Amino acid sequence: MTFVAKPRVHHPLLPINDIGLTRRDYEGSVSTLCAGCGHDSVSAAVIAACAELSIPPHRFAKVSGIGCSSKTPSYFLDKSHGFNSVHGRMPSVATGANLANRSLYCIGVSGDGDSASIGLGQFAHIVRRRINMLYLVDNNGTYGLTKGQFSATNDKGSTSKRGVPNLYEPIDLVTLALQLGASFVARSFSGDKRQLVPLIKAGIKHHGFALIDVISPCVAFNNHSGSTKSYDYVRHHSESVTKIDYVESGQEITADYEPGTTEDVEMPDGSTLRLSKVDANFDPHDRIKALQYVQRRQSEGEVVTGLLYVDPESPDCHDILETIDTPLNELDFADLCPGNAALAPINQSFR
Amino acid sequence: MELKNPSAIERESRAGRYVMKPTNVFDPAYFHKVVDCQWACPAHTPVPEYIRLITQERYTEAYMLNWDSNVFPGVLGRTCDRPCEPACRRVRTEEKPVAICRLKRVAADNKGDISAYLPHVPTVKNGKKIALLGAGPASLAVARDLLPLGYEVHMFDKDTKGGGMMRSQIPAFRLPQTVLEEEVDVILNMGVATHFGHEVTSMKTMLDMGFDAYFIGTGAPRGRELDIPGRQEADAHISIGIDWLSSVAFGHTDSIKGKVIVMGGGNTAMDCCRTSRRLGAESVTVVVRSGFDVMKASDWEKEDAMSEGIPIINNRPPKEFVHENGKLKGVWFECVTQVEENGRVKYVPSGEPDVFMEADHILMAIGQENHCPWIERDLGIDFDKWDCPVLDELTLQSTNPKIFFGGDSAFGPENIIWASAHAHQAAISIHLFCQGQDLKSDRPPEGVNLISQKMGVHEWSYDSAHDPAHRFLVPQADKAITLSNIKVEVELGFDRQLGAAEAQRCLNCDVQTVFTEKLCIECDACVDICPMDCISFVENAQEEDLRLHLMAPATNAEQDLYVSQDLPTGRVMVKDEDVCLHCGLCAERCPTNAWDMQKSVFHLPQLGSY
Repeated sequence: MTFVAKPRVHHPLLPINDIGLTRRDYEGSVSTLCAGCGHDSVSAAVIAACAELSIPPHRFAKVSGIGCSSKTPSYFLDKSHGFNSVHGRMPSVATGANLANRSLYCIGVSGDGDSASIGLGQFAHIVRRRINMLYLVDNNGTYGLTKGQFSATNDKGSTSKRGVPNLYEPIDLVTLALQLGASFVARSFSGDKRQLVPLIKAGIKHHGFALIDVISPCVAFNNHSGSTKSYDYVRHHSESVTKIDYVESGQEITADYEPGTTEDVEMPDGSTLRLSKVDANFDPHDRIKALQYVQRRQSEGEVVTGLLYVDPESPDCHDILETIDTPLNELDFADLCPGNAALAPINQSFR
Repeated sequence: MELKNPSAIERESRAGRYVMKPTNVFDPAYFHKVVDCQWACPAHTPVPEYIRLITQERYTEAYMLNWDSNVFPGVLGRTCDRPCEPACRRVRTEEKPVAICRLKRVAADNKGDISAYLPHVPTVKNGKKIALLGAGPASLAVARDLLPLGYEVHMFDKDTKGGGMMRSQIPAFRLPQTVLEEEVDVILNMGVATHFGHEVTSMKTMLDMGFDAYFIGTGAPRGRELDIPGRQEADAHISIGIDWLSSVAFGHTDSIKGKVIVMGGGNTAMDCCRTSRRLGAESVTVVVRSGFDVMKASDWEKEDAMSEGIPIINNRPPKEFVHENGKLKGVWFECVTQVEENGRVKYVPSGEPDVFMEADHILMAIGQENHCPWIERDLGIDFDKWDCPVLDELTLQSTNPKIFFGGDSAFGPENIIWASAHAHQAAISIHLFCQGQDLKSDRPPEGVNLISQKMGVHEWSYDSAHDPAHRFLVPQADKAITLSNIKVEVELGFDRQLGAAEAQRCLNCDVQTVFTEKLCIECDACVDICPMDCISFVENAQEEDLRLHLMAPATNAEQDLYVSQDLPTGRVMVKDEDVCLHCGLCAERCPTNAWDMQKSVFHLPQLGSY
């Protein structure tokens, strides 16, 4: 961390996006996390992604629970809406926010403790309910705020900083999300922004629940030789199965890959996800095969990264509930609460 | 894009591509170049260091650091041509440079007793006698460098007092006599044998006197002439600018009557017009042959003249002096306009009719020339076609090995700071020559020290935080007083408080970001925090490619790229030095201390450094 605020002055040639803002306009206050924390890189990737999407900062709602990860919404998008909620309860707040105002882009940030331990129940149900949001997990496999105990995502056999091995099986949030019906599931690494930024852009624009499990090393407690979530381990054992480029509608697709390995996925808003498969055996549209692939590689000690599953056509919570297109917060009182005259026939229909 | 980066020399990578070589930060030139002000200063004054001393209210030390390097901090703090300021990084990150020059004056104005800091001059001499011709800044600085080494130094000048052009050409309202005399006397009192008030008319006679070496610092004393009709006939009403300023400085002239036209666009022209304004001219007008933007005068001197109500008329080359029986009536000027042809500016008639301007007196300040009629041409000193001596650019030795030149007399008119710079080199050369050593191979090398500024977890020994303040204006005295008395200094200078505020704007460019490859874990923390997007981790490439594929494009090819050795992921760290604020956030955010803020102390060899 640092006590010195980042100066407002910026590079004279910093790119300006379609709405006249630079990346610097999407920043938040100065981070108080440890120097070198992977979470700060995730925040920087969120800043870059939001700026590149040219979405006005005030069109975002950021929500979080408790933990190092959940502090990070303070460090990006300081001109957006935000709610730092109770430990493990971010999904409830996100659900409420999304139901009340479906026009906001909702970004939830959680951690391995917040989502895989105290909030596991909430996590499972928000995936089931298909809330239209980007759910980022800053996953470092350790409880950094309480000085480095193993978290629920820590791999069995991986050691603490002092060399004590972890005896329990890990919870894999990617696997859970695939099982519970998430329509966009990805894994990435805080040290690879070239992969992470396009994933965040796609996740924000995805219609439905998008999970990105970001391995984000804890430099203070879990970046040692016995860890499977250190910078070194992830660099040596990660395997990117897909590369994606997010292309806005109307923009020219310029990324060039080997012919035959790419596929353009149309998003409902007209934008395109250009997917390039690194491993020809991998199919990001087949939920079952994706599950098998991820688990097999995991048993071999490898970390599969990239976009693992996507279904752009799947309905979100509002589609399932058949809610009105207008955000509820924009409805006037008479529409929102039509009164006894409207309630009576409804009650009558149940009698 | 034209590349001037010393580290641009590329090497072949394993894959057979040419990529950039890792930067050698121990090359004294590398970080010296990052300190833009110091690099731009001919005397390489350690600017950020003295500015920090000012913020610590250590004015005497700040003054002595200047004195050591540029010899005349009080004079230069008022009159320097300030090559440092356009180079200042603040110009590139925000808009206006730090007021480096006027901060030098803050140090001079507030200094205490300097006697304890002065170099010791041995009473037992080393047996070598050196003659210095001219008592201007170049000769004085050579004397100061040589005296502590035991040389017997003799100084010759036609004026009765030392100072040269600093005394004769810079008006007192810009440089008070007391300030000049104090700094001249410090050197003279170190034990210079002065031979003032008698003009040297023959170099041969000087050589016959048998000195071990000679330094010629006689300046560029001849004002350029203008050969147009009426020049001779109206001679009584036409003066050469520098000669006229000199006669004002020595009290021979104390008034100027009627309408005055100053011809020329340099700093001398600005001094002439402002002096005329004070000596009672009915009206003063500056007329310049060229356009306003290309005038030689510094911007601030033009501003000062105009703020005193003196009009500057441009694009008017003179055609003819009109006179009646030797009495000047005025001047005919042609009207021209600037056109660009093949990238060069040319002046062509604008088509407007010629303009007649009434004048009673003309001051001509259209340039100066080297002029050494007193040097016989059979003494082995070669001169080129511009009448400048043929010199070795580094050693300043002439074709006669005993004779050295410096200041304006060396390569033509420059300024005081160049005179100091020449003097340091000439003094080294004279010393090596007198000791029978080789002037080049025995010349001491440049060096650099890198010292970590880390004091604690979040503590640095310098004010790392960026100060967004705008440049402060230098307060001036009331015009009613300054315009009526030539001796009253126009600028009041920054007081301590304003000086401290302005000093805080300095970015401390000498506190360098030093990168240690083997400590880096490539976590990107520095990339994310850098406010100026200077740092990138990318695949190495040729410089042209690399410059375009960084976090922000590095389009200023004048500024180097700092390239690391290969990192474990096969990438390299590339830092664009162009707009770095030296705020130290990269080092604060680095979990492994792979980044450190280290002060680069550049060592320029110099004799008698205190």
